[in-house]
Amino acid sequence: MNLDNRAFFTIDVFTDFLEGGIWITETHINTWIIMLIMIILALIIRRKLTKTDTPTGIQNVIELIVDMFDKFIISNLGEKNRKYGNWFFGVFTFLIFANFSGLIGLRPPTADITMTLALSMSTFFIIHIGGFMYNPKGYAKSFLEPFFVFLPMNIIGELAVPVSLGLRLFGNILSGMIILSIIYYIVPWFLAIGWPALLHAYFDVFAGLIQAFIFTVLSLTFISGKLIEKEA
Amino acid sequence: MEYYVTAEIIRMGGFILMATVISAAAVIFAGMLGAYAQGIATSKAVEGISKNPESRGEVMSTLIVGCAITETNGIYALLISFILLFVNPIFNAFTAWAAF
Repeated sequence: MNLDNRAFFTIDVFTDFLEGGIWITETHINTWIIMLIMIILALIIRRKLTKTDTPTGIQNVIELIVDMFDKFIISNLGEKNRKYGNWFFGVFTFLIFANFSGLIGLRPPTADITMTLALSMSTFFIIHIGGFMYNPKGYAKSFLEPFFVFLPMNIIGELAVPVSLGLRLFGNILSGMIILSIIYYIVPWFLAIGWPALLHAYFDVFAGLIQAFIFTVLSLTFISGKLIEKEA
Repeated sequence: MEYYVTAEIIRMGGFILMATVISAAAVIFAGMLGAYAQGIATSKAVEGISKNPESRGEVMSTLIVGCAITETNGIYALLISFILLFVNPIFNAFTAWAAF
């Protein structure tokens, strides 16, 4: 079973306060592979794009996706905060590629809590820095609602956001990976032909898509809570 | 350094392992309750859609977000049971104490 996140090699720096230097694990390698695939795809698609009023072929599909996502961002955050769409489209596509990477036999990078917590901490900083820059007074006031007594509870609630976001994605992908690993471990190889594809379709494709979507939607929901001014 | 493994310690270790497995299995109840809650939410959403079919899109997106938040509980329980089964913190603490 490949449940353990094995280290390929270590870089011996900062050894006085990091035990064994920096560990380069399977998660890092798989993330680099996914990044490479995404960059190559983006470059190929970039070469095909042209400025026309009548797009053809792959440009149709790309324009459809980008247009859909743009409308989605505008309906959630408003026209003024359209710039956040860049980050979220990146996160969404990366999560889809990362969750699907189990299909080609890689260990999904999102089955590692450091990866998911890094993404959810980015959401956390976007929420707070973006909220502060957009509306400093309203941002400070949102911690004192409904009364100033609720300040500690509001702070705990804000700190729980990245933890729950990260753990949700991590737990879902990890559980799918563990179930598939157990099945490949207990079933002899000549019986495990064909039908595990159905399990991959559920755990990798369906759960991966849903979790990528939910991560993006929940991040947007939390951010819109700080960015959209409340009426009255 | 000398180690003394007595029958008492072996019995205690077995008991701790058994308790770990039982508690990891008991965590399933959290998942059951989460599934029950999601079923209620989905049935209400279906009722809402059948009464008011044009609100399908909004009901669906709210339902998916709500189900995701409901599911968090079950996911936490799953993580706790994974930690109990694969990381064995209680048993490791016991062996560290017993080797002492």
